Amino acid sequence: MAVPTYKTEPLQCWNKAKEIRINFYKDYANAHDNGGLRWAGGAWSFGAIPAGLGDDVFPLTGEPYAASIAFDKEFSLRCLEAVEKKGYARDLCSYMRNYWGSIILNEYAFGGKFPKPDFIWQDHICCSHAKWYQVASELEGGIPAYCIDVSVGPHQELTENRIDYVVGQMHDGIEWLEKISGRRYDDEKLIEAVYEECRATSVWAEICTLNKTVPAPLDEKSMYSLYVLGTLKKHSKEVADFYEELRDEIKYRVENQIAAVKHERCRLMSDTQPPWGFLKIFRYLEKFGAVSVGSLYTFGLIGMWEDKEDGTWGPRTTPQQKGITIDNRDQALRILAEWNLSKPEWQHFYSPHLKSDMMIRIAKEWKLDGIMLHYNRGCEGLTVGIAENRLALIEAGFPVMTFEGNMGDEREFDEARTAARMDSFMETLGFELITE
Amino acid sequence: MVDQFRDWEQNRHTYAKAWKEKTGSKVIGYFCTYVPEEILYAADILPVRILGSHEPHDVTEAHIFGMFCPFCRDCLAQGLKGRYDYLDGIVIAQSCLHIRQAYSSWEKHIPVDFSYYLPMPNNVQSPRAVPYLAGELREFKSALEKWIGREITDQDIRNGIRTMNENRSLMHQVYALKKKENPPLSGEETMEIAISEQMVDKKEHSNELKKLLNEIQTKQNGKNTGTRLMILGSEDDDIPFLRMIESVGGTIVIDDHCVGTRYFWNNVPERDNVIEAIAWRYCERPACPSKDWIERSRISHILKLAQDYDVGGAIVIQQKFCDPHELDIPAITKALNDVGVKTLFLEFDVTVPVGQLKVRCEAFLEMLQEEDLFV
Repeated sequence: MAVPTYKTEPLQCWNKAKEIRINFYKDYANAHDNGGLRWAGGAWSFGAIPAGLGDDVFPLTGEPYAASIAFDKEFSLRCLEAVEKKGYARDLCSYMRNYWGSIILNEYAFGGKFPKPDFIWQDHICCSHAKWYQVASELEGGIPAYCIDVSVGPHQELTENRIDYVVGQMHDGIEWLEKISGRRYDDEKLIEAVYEECRATSVWAEICTLNKTVPAPLDEKSMYSLYVLGTLKKHSKEVADFYEELRDEIKYRVENQIAAVKHERCRLMSDTQPPWGFLKIFRYLEKFGAVSVGSLYTFGLIGMWEDKEDGTWGPRTTPQQKGITIDNRDQALRILAEWNLSKPEWQHFYSPHLKSDMMIRIAKEWKLDGIMLHYNRGCEGLTVGIAENRLALIEAGFPVMTFEGNMGDEREFDEARTAARMDSFMETLGFELITE
Repeated sequence: MVDQFRDWEQNRHTYAKAWKEKTGSKVIGYFCTYVPEEILYAADILPVRILGSHEPHDVTEAHIFGMFCPFCRDCLAQGLKGRYDYLDGIVIAQSCLHIRQAYSSWEKHIPVDFSYYLPMPNNVQSPRAVPYLAGELREFKSALEKWIGREITDQDIRNGIRTMNENRSLMHQVYALKKKENPPLSGEETMEIAISEQMVDKKEHSNELKKLLNEIQTKQNGKNTGTRLMILGSEDDDIPFLRMIESVGGTIVIDDHCVGTRYFWNNVPERDNVIEAIAWRYCERPACPSKDWIERSRISHILKLAQDYDVGGAIVIQQKFCDPHELDIPAITKALNDVGVKTLFLEFDVTVPVGQLKVRCEAFLEMLQEEDLFV
């Protein structure tokens, strides 16, 4: 088989993405210097709501922070062992354990001591979400904590009762925020943050749709560094603006056939978080001409999607695109709740079959040759139902490779064995190493 | 004394099939004790809990990734092996992610007439939880009505509540006897009663409980009680384990398990709005750890049980990979230790290595009994 060769070049906005990310962690750490507030919570928490407390309120989202720790194997190991010494099981969520370890060691991954948050603002869909911050609060000697339960069933079965439950907790949460911060809540800032979150998460989905193109303008390893901004502060103007800039650059790459992988001839997708300390496995695949064009994880963790008129999957139309003006707090909260409840990565919590349908759709629309499922021992939330996903993908006619690992605990990832499985998988798909 | 309960526990499927043939009514399998059985009884449906069989795994590997708890895989195995082939439907109330997989794989690969996912709230401490759950219970009732082809009236639900409350109250009476210095029932016998409670028609179970209570009110247990123990943690229906520990010098006098006290601890209050009353009961019951946040309500409850039942030690068990309990065990262990209750932690798999655990239990009991010598 002839090996195709495409133009390739680095992303122009790469350094800007890095700058936004590093400033996020600095802003959080330095928040108190100017009288600001720090809050901690999950990447899925409704960050738009604390935004109503003011522009000097800075979050630290737990999962991407823990992934940053996992990338630093030496620090990660010290964190994990510190948690084990406290009596916690080593099969718990490895993000959570890295995060707790950072508190116990009192070391911040970005330098200095761990900056204690003023309050915790979390949501809960996975068994570990609320408990993560229950323990985090205890480890810090007690931090005020609030958590919103969003586990109300799949979006396709959404009812007023279910929305009311989530929105009711949000209203109570705002009263709680006012009480613990001593600040007056600004609904205008909330409304602005809701608009920005809808814009950012829709544009991210639009960027992902551009990867339907052959050759793919983005590879998944690079996407990890880009989608992460949406897990940091998806409700911010800065991230929404950046995604629009990125989208325009990716459009340019599509128009000019600029590929992420020079010899793309095999298109794959992965599933769940990767083993963060071993992202080089994606570079290894490139030696076969294989590119991972994304996954339900990179597309749907923060991206918001809908069925388009032509039957394809595309970015969800935002309230502002529909001409909706948000006038008050309740309306803002209802839009925010409903918007988030449609998140693709929230659907499989109720049935793996909903996820299988989305994965099969991606496999078809993004023109995939095969799928790599990361049986991720570090995340029960995103791994739940994965064995059923495998069966469904095979039944739909897609070759599937599985590999076992852990997103945040390097002790549970076998690099050589994974590479051997990739060799076998490539061989079954008919691809050999490209020798130049 | 407990022969009938033991027979039900051991022959649960035979019982359910016979019940179905005798009554001509439907049987529903449920996956979590947050399923509101009151509404099923109101619909003349027999709810039976789906539990495992403690045999090595051989059929679930393709369906559930091995890092999820052995209990959820064992439950699914029962379905894949056709042991619950008499079920007309299945229901799950939302709790942990693990057991949810048994439900979703069952729904796909072992088709039944009726399946229902009840999105039980996790934030049961929120004032929003009861009204929300009440709304979901109304939806559940409607789905059942559509399936069985008749209306479920408020009076039917009152009858269902009465059936459940009577059984729970009788279980409380049985457990109260275990506060005695020489409890009339062993932990093994109590577990047989508790498991059968989740398998058979509550009316029959209650009648048998009444007989049992008459028999044991004044009866002394012939054997030495030894060290009074509490057992708590993940789902546990492992009778051979209890038999073992009670053979080496301990008696289990109280538990905090969902096959046990968490299942029957509180009643549905009497209220005009029967659905809201049921919702209140399920939000207020002793919590599963997956719902015990932001405050830790379990600790005060467990400490009170330990005090009321005068326990000398606690065995904290955890199904392997059971994240919700793993997240509670350090805090609960510390709380027990702080009030002087020593603990032994044991990890359970689908098959329990009784021989190895026996050594550890003996050592634990020796340690506790040695302390008694110097008091």
